[in-house]
Amino acid sequence: MQKNIIDIKEPVLRLENFSVAYEKGKKAVENVTASVRKNKITAIMGPSGCGKSTLLRAINRMHDLYPSIETTGKIYLNDEDISGMSNIKLRRHIGMVFQRPNPFPTMSIADNVLAGYKLNGTRLKKSRKDEIIEKSLIDVALWDEVKDSLYKKGSFLSGGQQQRLCIARALAFQPEVILLDEPTSALDPKATARVEELLVRLKKRYTILIVTHNMSQAARISDYSMFMYLGKLIEYDKTNTMFTNPTDTKTEEYLTGKFG
Amino acid sequence: MSAFKRHTTENEKRSLKNRVFGIAVIALSVITISPIVLIISKLIIKGYRQINLSFFTETAPDTLEAMTAVANDEVIPGGILNGITGTLFMVLLAVIIAVPIGILIGLFLYENAEKRYAAIVRDISDIVQGIPSIVLGLIAYIWIVKGVTSGYSALAGSVSLAIMMLPLIIRSTEETMKMIPLPIKEAAVALGVPYHKVILRVMIPTGLSGLMSGILLSVSRILGETAPLMLTALGSPIVNFYIDKPTSAVPLLIWEFYNDPNMVDLIWSSSLFLMGIVLAFNLISKYIAAKRK
Repeated sequence: MQKNIIDIKEPVLRLENFSVAYEKGKKAVENVTASVRKNKITAIMGPSGCGKSTLLRAINRMHDLYPSIETTGKIYLNDEDISGMSNIKLRRHIGMVFQRPNPFPTMSIADNVLAGYKLNGTRLKKSRKDEIIEKSLIDVALWDEVKDSLYKKGSFLSGGQQQRLCIARALAFQPEVILLDEPTSALDPKATARVEELLVRLKKRYTILIVTHNMSQAARISDYSMFMYLGKLIEYDKTNTMFTNPTDTKTEEYLTGKFG
Repeated sequence: MSAFKRHTTENEKRSLKNRVFGIAVIALSVITISPIVLIISKLIIKGYRQINLSFFTETAPDTLEAMTAVANDEVIPGGILNGITGTLFMVLLAVIIAVPIGILIGLFLYENAEKRYAAIVRDISDIVQGIPSIVLGLIAYIWIVKGVTSGYSALAGSVSLAIMMLPLIIRSTEETMKMIPLPIKEAAVALGVPYHKVILRVMIPTGLSGLMSGILLSVSRILGETAPLMLTALGSPIVNFYIDKPTSAVPLLIWEFYNDPNMVDLIWSSSLFLMGIVLAFNLISKYIAAKRK
């Protein structure tokens, strides 16, 4: 066990010596070993280019899309190696929300929520569909705003509403883990606050892993924090502990705004 | 005082330059536009008289009918129905041939943008775009007229037109796909959707208007093609819908009218019609492309 890395018992996710390289020999993420606790919000912080998004995207194997990216090491979801899981199974268990709201522009709001089922060719009964749509939209507090226009395209929604729709799309699968890649960086403060509220509410049922370059956001909502720098996991601890009493000098410098 | 004076003369010089340049720009744009205005007005003035119902419902007249009409200073009877149907038929066939192939190649280029093989395909597609259309006509003549239909045919015509369409569709497909934001694609991938379904159910619907405008633009490009059709479809005095028979087309009729001194009036009306259709396709494609943004 590394000295600055907190040990977590019975984790949902476990990363073992995990590295990602965009080009041979140039590692964007280097030998990360860490575990993620169930039903907590874990924030990944660090300055731009430290590999935090790269690490997050590796957890639902987004890098498979680009053959030139090499990954080494293992990631386990409930002790099952994710590299051996089928795409559909893995991504049913690990949902993802991106930096910019990206609802499918050709689909209605309802279809966007159901996109995971529809695009995979899973047939659902009408009643089941309605149930999933309503439940997911209520979960993200969007139901009251869109219930009268479920079958319209989502393009009239505001950025914040679109982002909540994207979270609903990820929730529709009832995943165990939700990965969020700077989900509020394209949103205004009010919309950001709503998304944060939502995440705190959702952690009762889901394990949330969020990348953020906004320290105060990490401090506000997360239970655990990872600090990454130049591809390495420098420190990983309870958020309270890390913010009040960081072990590593780099972490301290980052948290006090000396760089980043 | 002197500094102030120098300043004003400098200003005067500048505003003079400005005016000269402004006038030059206006003059040059008038010069550019005037041929287009002249062409369109000429076509309308010379051609409108012939455009009536029979123009669209009857086949081309024979020389004798035309000669009698011209002698009596009447409107030439008959129309260009065989040309209109032939053009529609061959363009439709060309679209059926070229669109699936073109879109598939375009998708391939988008997916493998970095690969050497894709670069070669892209270059070849550019070269095909530069091949003179009459040469494509010759190729279709050898392949289809000689090889498949043993005689001039609509199929041969459409194949030559399809080859002309291909590079345009390939390019527009690739460009359209490139313009779709990556996060849209990644969103589908993150839902565990298999790759072919990401392309078919997310990428193509999202880029549909771009693909449509590319197809329409390529259609407008081939509508007026004459040279390759002379070597392949040949022309026909009757309405033909058999793919293995000679077929007429509007541009072919214009060429035939040109060769008959009695049918001069029909040249103008057919040209007006052809130009109108091409223009319409162009505008629709522009409209679709603009709506997308």
